Amino acid sequence: MTANDQAKGDTVVASASIYEQILQFANRADPYTLYRELRKTPVARQEDGVYVVSTYEHIVALLHDPRVSSDRRNLAHPPPGDPLPPSFIGLDPPEHDRLRRMTMRNFGPPHAPRTVENLRGELLPLVTSLIDGIAGRTRADIVDDIAYPLPVAVICRLLGVPREDEPKFHVWAEEIVETLGPGEGDQEERNKRRQAALLGLAGYLGELARAHRRDPGDDILSGLVTYDGPDGSMSELEVIATSALLLIAGHETTVNLIANGMLTLLRDPGLLQRLRQEPDLVIHVVEELLRFEPPVHFLPQRVALDDITVGGVTIPKGSSIVLALASGSRDPAHVRDPDRFDPDRPYIQHLGFGGGIHHCFGAPLARLETQIALRELATRLVNPRLVADPPPYRPSSVLRGPRHLFIEYDGVAPRL
Amino acid sequence: MRVVVDLTRCQGYGQCVFLAPDLFSMPGQEALMYDTDPDDKQRERILQAAAACPVQAIHVDRMATQHRTVDPELAHPTSARDDEFKRNGHIVIVGASLAGGRAAGVLRRDGFEGRITLVGDEPYEPYDRPPLSKQVLTGAVDAEHTMLPHLREIEVEWLAGTPATGLDIAAKQVRLADGRRIGFDKVLIATGARARPWPNKEEAALDGVYVLRTLDEARRMRRRLANGVDRVLVIGAGFTGSEVASVCRDLGLPVTVVEAGPAPLVGALGKVVGAVAADMQREAGVDLRCETTVTGLEGRDGRLTGARLSDGSTVEADMAVVALGAVRNVEWLEGSGLAAGPWGVATDAGCRAVDINGLVTDDVFVAGDVARFPHPVYHYQFLALEHWGNAVAQAEIAAHNMLSDQAHRWPHLSLPVFWSNQFHVNIKSVGVPTVADEIVIAQGSTAERRFVAVYGYRGRITAAVTFDQAMWLDFYRGQIEQAAPFPPGYRMVGQVEETRPMPAGVPQRLAPAEGATVVVTGHDPAERRVSLVRPPQ
Ligand SMILES: Cc1cc2nc3c(=O)[nH]c(=O)nc-3n(C[C@H](O)[C@H](O)[C@H](O)COP(=O)(O)OP(=O)(O)OC[C@H]3O[C@@H](n4cnc5c(N)ncnc54)[C@H](O)[C@@H]3O)c2cc1C
Ligand code: SF4
Repeated sequence: MTANDQAKGDTVVASASIYEQILQFANRADPYTLYRELRKTPVARQEDGVYVVSTYEHIVALLHDPRVSSDRRNLAHPPPGDPLPPSFIGLDPPEHDRLRRMTMRNFGPPHAPRTVENLRGELLPLVTSLIDGIAGRTRADIVDDIAYPLPVAVICRLLGVPREDEPKFHVWAEEIVETLGPGEGDQEERNKRRQAALLGLAGYLGELARAHRRDPGDDILSGLVTYDGPDGSMSELEVIATSALLLIAGHETTVNLIANGMLTLLRDPGLLQRLRQEPDLVIHVVEELLRFEPPVHFLPQRVALDDITVGGVTIPKGSSIVLALASGSRDPAHVRDPDRFDPDRPYIQHLGFGGGIHHCFGAPLARLETQIALRELATRLVNPRLVADPPPYRPSSVLRGPRHLFIEYDGVAPRL
Repeated sequence: MRVVVDLTRCQGYGQCVFLAPDLFSMPGQEALMYDTDPDDKQRERILQAAAACPVQAIHVDRMATQHRTVDPELAHPTSARDDEFKRNGHIVIVGASLAGGRAAGVLRRDGFEGRITLVGDEPYEPYDRPPLSKQVLTGAVDAEHTMLPHLREIEVEWLAGTPATGLDIAAKQVRLADGRRIGFDKVLIATGARARPWPNKEEAALDGVYVLRTLDEARRMRRRLANGVDRVLVIGAGFTGSEVASVCRDLGLPVTVVEAGPAPLVGALGKVVGAVAADMQREAGVDLRCETTVTGLEGRDGRLTGARLSDGSTVEADMAVVALGAVRNVEWLEGSGLAAGPWGVATDAGCRAVDINGLVTDDVFVAGDVARFPHPVYHYQFLALEHWGNAVAQAEIAAHNMLSDQAHRWPHLSLPVFWSNQFHVNIKSVGVPTVADEIVIAQGSTAERRFVAVYGYRGRITAAVTFDQAMWLDFYRGQIEQAAPFPPGYRMVGQVEETRPMPAGVPQRLAPAEGATVVVTGHDPAERRVSLVRPPQ
């Protein structure tokens, strides 16, 4: 920061540097202290013209503001396009509604309201076998042994992707996630890596889609390629973009929620103990987790379609807007005592899954998977303890979570 | 388990349906139906659904308040005199339904330890009316299973089946039908409204003629529908009439709707949205007759056989639902000296009753459908609303003010919000759509029945109505509170139709006090205030 910068006005420069600090990998373990600073300027313009919004009230307002677009092509200076068309999270109504509706036909109400209900019976055996898998030892990595394989198995099963292909698509997915949104390092190099990964994944999914068209099964991908109704049918590129979104989101987010959850529980032995005695408590533990240690920290992709005045600041048309969800959920103007983990709050309203029309598509799955995983881990692990606190983190500041979560324990109780 | 979904908050996210599909359902894109009294076996699922609701609109066994503050449990400061009242005072609430029950809960939450007497003429504890014209009529839920969850275990002296017959303000007494008089320190009037009966008494008494307001009425109607009906005649296509028609179609019953206005819902939402509702009804197979009235009901052997219409035609029907609006329950206040009439009991913005001289009383409060209160946003006109959300919001403010001294009273500044589920569409509104001269379809498409209609009056946004687009409603609420200009001139997502303002076509009953344009600020009720702005030149 130059002296000249400083003269331009404290708030702008000071918060710009705070946002940059948040993006720095060194601060991954505790971004919350920085969020507190960030919230002092609820709508903070960065030097590059990006607006970072960090308080609950203003984030909620923008999530429901029809002047806010999710389509990057509306930026004053649109970035070079991805090789794939945007999926529905990168589109606005009416295109967004059409694609999301066609996808939802295979997953939830009104056409498939029992999809998640029917999956319930499969989740517990999956979790049980994963935990049985660490029974013979006294040390495990919650991420690699439980939190990652569980959602991958579920999304593969739902989407119709062979689980054996996981090593293949895992590399692409990881790369796409790590290059999502702002990051450190050479931006051009980041973009190149991103394009390559997207192309790889697109080729793989395209082939898979063709196979499902020839021989449809009881899965979302088959539903997407075979549907032809009032909304028309999906083009091949739309199918690829949609299934890429589901595959990535389905296995790069819930892993963080489960790992963050186990970390939070291991830091609070009293809570761990309560969870063993009060099985219903896990429902609110997961909800409070979504507020307190959410898997998604930012929505970095929004664009102002018009001049928008929020919190006394006018965001000019065409500007990029970053919504700091994880900061908003810890806004003391929204929740009392926000930095305390308290599943007994009278109601827990958070930004863990965003809000408005782009509210997380897979939220019900993420909740159920995490509830079952945490409840089973809490009840079956005997005297579990953290090996390292804080654990090593994944690079992404957007999808934030531990890379590994090593624990030691005295044993694994059989499932009763 | 008692469940109520605050559908004024619900934005149609459907999270509840995923997690408890046997208890929640969405027959259309956003219209939510739910089981108000699920079996205990469903406990885990219902807790999961309630926890997952992004707007925390689902209440299980316990209610949360409409007004949510960071510190919901915080008692507000009071003077020593108020302290004495809070410990030993006596509050009488007349009307034991949504508003009355909610007020009792808030009084206890805010630390009132004295006596509360809840006087109600119905034999039931407070129950929820909106399901009566929806889940109860379809048969999905029994009428008896609509009891409202409590805000908390409230200790009240509950006089059920006991109509109040008079209010003596000087003596501070409520008179009861059984001759008793109960004294009070403060009283809350929450006697709501009742269904307007068919004007011809003899015809109204025919077997097969129904009105719908109470649990008993809903139960009788449901029994009739379940026993098989050849054709239902619905008289009046307001919200209740339209919902009844929708249920009839869901049940596969032939239904004729007769409406005096040019389209359904015109009285509340105007001609443009009314036309969409008319299409919706006809597409669903309703025999809709607009600009027509029922001139007489016909019967044989005491049973309804049909009706004569103003256009000279007749309709054969063995069941008729009279849906001609509501009548405020104010008769018991005759002689009380309060400004009470067909439009309700007048209050100040803090829910205190106004007497016939226009003086504000100290200890008489009013909330819910029976109240008529001045709203700064609408030129200080008196609004008389029949909205679930208003009843609870106003009851909460009234209860707060009953316990507060002058310096700590809150104004009832919530913008009116309303919802209706009909023909598998969720209709919501914010603001007062009848205060409008123009309307514009701001987002979405009326042809698809997914749209936002924005209402304007003299260059300001006054209301918004959504069909299956509830997630945008709060944005427009903000626009109304900021007195934003109409038509909204910005670029927005989802603009698919031509967005030129049209005449609103709402019934004009506005006598505006021009020049009084205000801006509302603050979310927390303790902070909500208005300030005047200059009208646009
Ligand atoms: C069928 C139906 C469907 C509805 N659907 C919707 C909807 O979808 N959305 C929406 O926003 N709103 C809806 N409403 C409106 C909503 O239910 C009302 O706004 C709400 O009930 C008002 O509550 P209240 O307590 O003010 O009045 P009420 O619920 O009318 O309660 C007043 C109570 O006082 C009692 N009482 C009257 N006189 C006396 C007396 N002299 N002594 C003692 N007790 C007395 C009455 O019997 C009644 O129990 C619906 C209403 C009905 C009837
Ligand atoms: S917003 Fe409505 S539909 Fe969505 S979870 Fe809550 S109650 Fe259910």
